[in-house]
This record gives sequence, structure tokens and C-alpha cells, in this order.
Amino acid sequence: MRDSPISWGRLPGARQASATLWARTDPLPLHAGTTVLPYGQGRSYGDSCLNPDGLVLATHRLNRFIAFDPVAGTISCESGTTLAEIVDVCLPKGWFLPVVPGTQYVSVGGAIANDVHGKNHHRVGTFGSHVVKFELLRSNGERLICTEDDNPGWFHATIGGLGLTGLITWAQIKLRRVNSALVEVQDVPFVSLEKFATLSEESDRDFEYTVAWFDCYSYRDGGLRGIFSRARHLDEVDGTLSGTRPYPVFSVPLDMPAWTLNRTIMRLFNAGYHAAKRRRDIRRVRLESFLFPLDAFRNWNRLYGRMGFMQLQCVFPQATGVQGASELLQTIARSREGSFLAVLKRFGARSSPGLLSFPMPGITVALDFQNRGPSTRALLGDCQDLVTSYGGRIYPAKDACMTASTFDAAYPAWRELVRYIDPHFSSSFWRRTAGSIST
Amino acid sequence: MPRNVLVFGATSAIAHAIGRRYAKEGANFVLVARDAAKLDANAADLSVRGAAKAIAFVADLNDVSTHHDLISRAASELGSLDIVLIAHGTLPDQARCENDVGELRLAIDTNLFSVISLAMIAAPQMEKQRHGSLVVLGSVAGDRGKRSNYVYGAAKAGVAVFLDGLRARLGAHGVHVLTVKPGFVDTPMTAAFKKGLLWATPEQVATAVCGAVQRHRSEIYTPWFWRPIMFVIRALPGAILRRLNL
Repeated sequence: MRDSPISWGRLPGARQASATLWARTDPLPLHAGTTVLPYGQGRSYGDSCLNPDGLVLATHRLNRFIAFDPVAGTISCESGTTLAEIVDVCLPKGWFLPVVPGTQYVSVGGAIANDVHGKNHHRVGTFGSHVVKFELLRSNGERLICTEDDNPGWFHATIGGLGLTGLITWAQIKLRRVNSALVEVQDVPFVSLEKFATLSEESDRDFEYTVAWFDCYSYRDGGLRGIFSRARHLDEVDGTLSGTRPYPVFSVPLDMPAWTLNRTIMRLFNAGYHAAKRRRDIRRVRLESFLFPLDAFRNWNRLYGRMGFMQLQCVFPQATGVQGASELLQTIARSREGSFLAVLKRFGARSSPGLLSFPMPGITVALDFQNRGPSTRALLGDCQDLVTSYGGRIYPAKDACMTASTFDAAYPAWRELVRYIDPHFSSSFWRRTAGSIST
Repeated sequence: MPRNVLVFGATSAIAHAIGRRYAKEGANFVLVARDAAKLDANAADLSVRGAAKAIAFVADLNDVSTHHDLISRAASELGSLDIVLIAHGTLPDQARCENDVGELRLAIDTNLFSVISLAMIAAPQMEKQRHGSLVVLGSVAGDRGKRSNYVYGAAKAGVAVFLDGLRARLGAHGVHVLTVKPGFVDTPMTAAFKKGLLWATPEQVATAVCGAVQRHRSEIYTPWFWRPIMFVIRALPGAILRRLNL
């Protein structure tokens, strides 16, 4: 069943053992000489949720709610609870999560450990900014209740701490009010990165959610075709809150052959998507279909075939963001590797609570690459050098090939995190990056 | 009308998965289990997921002298007993049962005697109200004795035969009795086993159980493919079964 959990990128690799956690009051299943790592929904793309030399602690059964306060708007639940389950419970009562990533099928523990962000980062910051408290279970059996004020060091190390500081058993999250399950969406075409930056500037004031899709194949001499999507919650009470929530409609049942997403198909898809979205009219859609478009396709990651895929998400600092992103796209265009889905978003200034949180003010770019072995790794190597030269950083939750020196340059606070890492916890990602630097 | 559901063994993963389905519809619960902390955690979960009421009774069901009191307290908390789910159980260590009569006794008490005691005591209440479903978790292991777990199998076989008789008695009064025979299910009870293709989740079992309650089925195998598998296993001559070393 989940005897060998893998990550979302489905990269071939070592099989790992898994132990299912059934109750938050149980002690950790530890064995002398091996390390453990919490594993939620396996939605991290690279190896930050993998621990093939040791054991992963599968948290999908730690999914009990503890309390929901519909007056104060807080929810407490075990760490394996998915954001989808929270929305199921809260939305009919007029509450929604203040921050959601591009899928609702992530666990609360994973959302904290990766300090995830969403399309409203410019307004509300990261997921961790809305975490009130959580319990951290350490391998010595100690249970720490962490808030901004109690055990603040552990609080800030665990948010964005990649699961290394111990097991988050439960957490309390502050919710946000909504009157409707609908959002008002407007799509605006753009033709260059500069135009994207201007559109962000304009839209971030009036729209809670902004994100841009662009056709990676269209990039030429600074020009490209893209669609900037901006949305805001409808304010009026319209009775949609209790409506049926959409569930995955399509499913990819098994690994597709690697040629499924070949260049021609990806080009056609991107051209077609652009054509379909070119209208500027304002539509009203359920918030799930705007916020979680890929959730309609269960196991879409299987489209990339047996070798899996790698994602690159990086952020360039505000001042040189457009220049950095444009140089990145040139590098990719030269490589002739293409990205099926390419996304741009401007991060806001609100600082992240985690020591190792990814977002910083600037422009973030996310790209998927089918794994073609050494050539893909070489491209990602070039990209990471470029990002580093601009003073940017790469998102660990999506990474499978960042080098130790790139990591060190981007996340100098890891040396502080080390003090909080549980001696019995480790991950492939950590051993590959910080773990290979001698301190 | 929200349903009133009484659950014995409410910390069992299958029972909790069934509970979540009824919680969504706003059911009222009385939940009975031994471990207070785990029981309270499940009660809170059902409440947040929509249960109108989730009352927890801590009890060791091997103490059958408490059964009468538990059922009458539950009935007075809930009014009627629309669904009584008996889900507690253990997977006894076969080897220990073979060498220790105390262990054997405990295995039979937990998996057979306490189960039929609860069903026997709930029966008059359900007879009186002339509706409701009595749902009991049996096992495919009760269909045929196997070398690896014949103590557990004997207990579950006893439960199934008992329920056949009780069904005949209660059916006349409009009360439905459902015997659930799950195959391998990924729960804390089976944590030590290596999981494979035949394994099901507690949610799959819960979906099947709720459907069977709805349709007043008498007996279900879950997942469904256990019905043909067990048909073959029941039909095998003993000499062949013994050689299969199951």
C-alpha cells in the first residue's frame, strides 16, 4: 500500500520503508541507528520528503480534527489532515484557509514544514504566518507546545524546517472569513516580463490572488506570451458556501510513456491554452477551480512517464527580478528543454516566519521539466548558478538537484537550524545539501 | 432525521471511518472504547466533522457485567438506537494461544463472548423500537479454519453463526442485522503485516458497510472480491486446504 512512498516528481530512486502513525498520543517508532522523517501526502517534488536510508513516518492517519471555533475562526487538527479536509469542514461555515498552495491535497504538517505560499502571498505572506501553535514531538519523547511566545526558537525553526526538527503532531491555524465560495476572475494577456511586472504592480493592490501562466516555448528576445490571472473573493452572501465541492474528475491511472509530453504536444497545449484564455472578461468560478486547477486531474504527475520530472521554482530579488527571470528563460530556450507548465508570481514584502522559508520580495518562476537524465540535471545546474548569481534562491520543496554550495549561499540560516534538528531525523535533501558541508 | 449511532470499539480504524460517514450527515453518537485519550480524540474529530453529539464512554468490554448499563445509558442519551456497531476486537497471537490457556481465554472473550453479549443485550431494546441496524465486524477468517489463526477464526465463526440466529429472531421485528466480513485491512491491528494488492483501507470498508446498512444486506464481504475467494476456500476439500499452509 504505502510500503515505499515516493515524492511527487516520481524520480527513480531508492525504495524506502514506512511506518504509519495512527494516534498523536503514541510514541515515535524509533529504531537505534536509523533516522526518521515525517511524510504526509508526498506532494514535495524532489527528495525533501524522502529518507531511503531510514524510515518515513507516514502521517496520513493522523487526520483527526481537534476543535473548530466558528466564532474566532480557528481550527485545530492533527498534522496529517489535508487542507481539502479543512476546507470541507470550514467553507460551509464561512471560513477558508488564509493561504493555500496550488493543491489542496497537502497535509497541514507539510504546509508548515515547507512554509508554503499561495497566489495571495503579496497580501498575507506564507502559510506559517497563520499558524497559531503546534505540538512538536521529539525523539526523546519530549512534547513542545510552540507559539510565537512559547518555545519561539522551535516555532521558527519548525516552520519551513523541512520536517527535521521533530514530528508536528497537531497544529492550530487561523482562518479567514468568506461570504461566498465564488471568486471573480479576470485573465489579462501580456507579451513580456516587463508587462508582467507592471500588471503585478497594478493588480496586487486590488486583487487578493494574482498569478501568471506563460508559454515557455514562446520566449524570444524578451518577448513571450502569457496570461495574467487575478481574482478576488466575492463579498456578497450568495448561498454558495454550502454547495458541493468539486472532486477530481480525471485520473491518470498509470505511468504514461515518456513521449506523451513530447515537444509538439507541449507546444500545442501551450498555444491552445493561450488561445482559450485570451479573453479579458470577468468570470465567476468556484474558488477551487481557480486555486487548485490541477486537482481536477488525479495523479497528473504520471503524465511525465517512468522517469518522472523535476520542478524548478526559484525567486529573484525585487530589484533585478525581471532581468533575472529573463536570463533564466534564455538559458532554458537555449537548452531546448521545455516546460509543460510555467508560472510567474510576484512575492510581497511580508516576511516569512520560518528560518528557512523560501519566499522573499521579488519574482518567482516555477517550471516543470521531464526528467531526461543528465541533460535535465545539467540545465537545472545552470539555472541554479544563475539564480545564485542574482542573489535569489531555489525552493527546497520542489528541488532534487541543488548543490550544497547553492543551498549554503541561499539559506545561510541553516546553520542556526542545525541547533534545532532532532538527532534522529534526517532526509535525502538534507544529507545532499547542508549535511555534506562540514561545520 | 439525524441518526443515533452507538459504537463499541470506537477507536478501531474501521469504526472511526464508518463514524465519519455518519458524522457528515449530522448523526448523534455514543462511542465506547477502552483508551480514554484515543476515544476523546475520535469523539472530537466526529464533532468537528458534523456530528450533532459525540458522547464518550470509557469501558473495557471484556468486563461483560458493564454491558447492560452501557447499553441502557446509551439508549437514554440517544433516545433510539438506529445503528449499533460492534467493532472492537484483537488479533490474538496464535502461538501464544496454543501454549497459554489464559491468552486463549482472553482471545475468545474479546472476539466472541463480549461481542455476542453486547448483541444479546442490545437485542430487546431494538426489538422494542422495531427498527434499526445491528452491525457487527466479523472476518473472512471465520469462514474456514486455517493453521495461522484458527483461534481468531473460531471466534469470528462463532460471531457469524450467532448473528445468523439473531437475524432470524430480530428480522420479525423489523430490525436489520449485518455481518461484515472484511479481508485484509490496513489498520493498527495489522500494523505488523506486509501490505500488498489484496489490502483495503478502512474507508473502503466503511463505504461498503454504509451501503449495506442502507440496503439492509445480511452479510457482506469487503472488498467484494473476498466473496469469490472465500467461496473457493470454503469449497476446498480439507486435505487440500491443509497442504496450502495458509
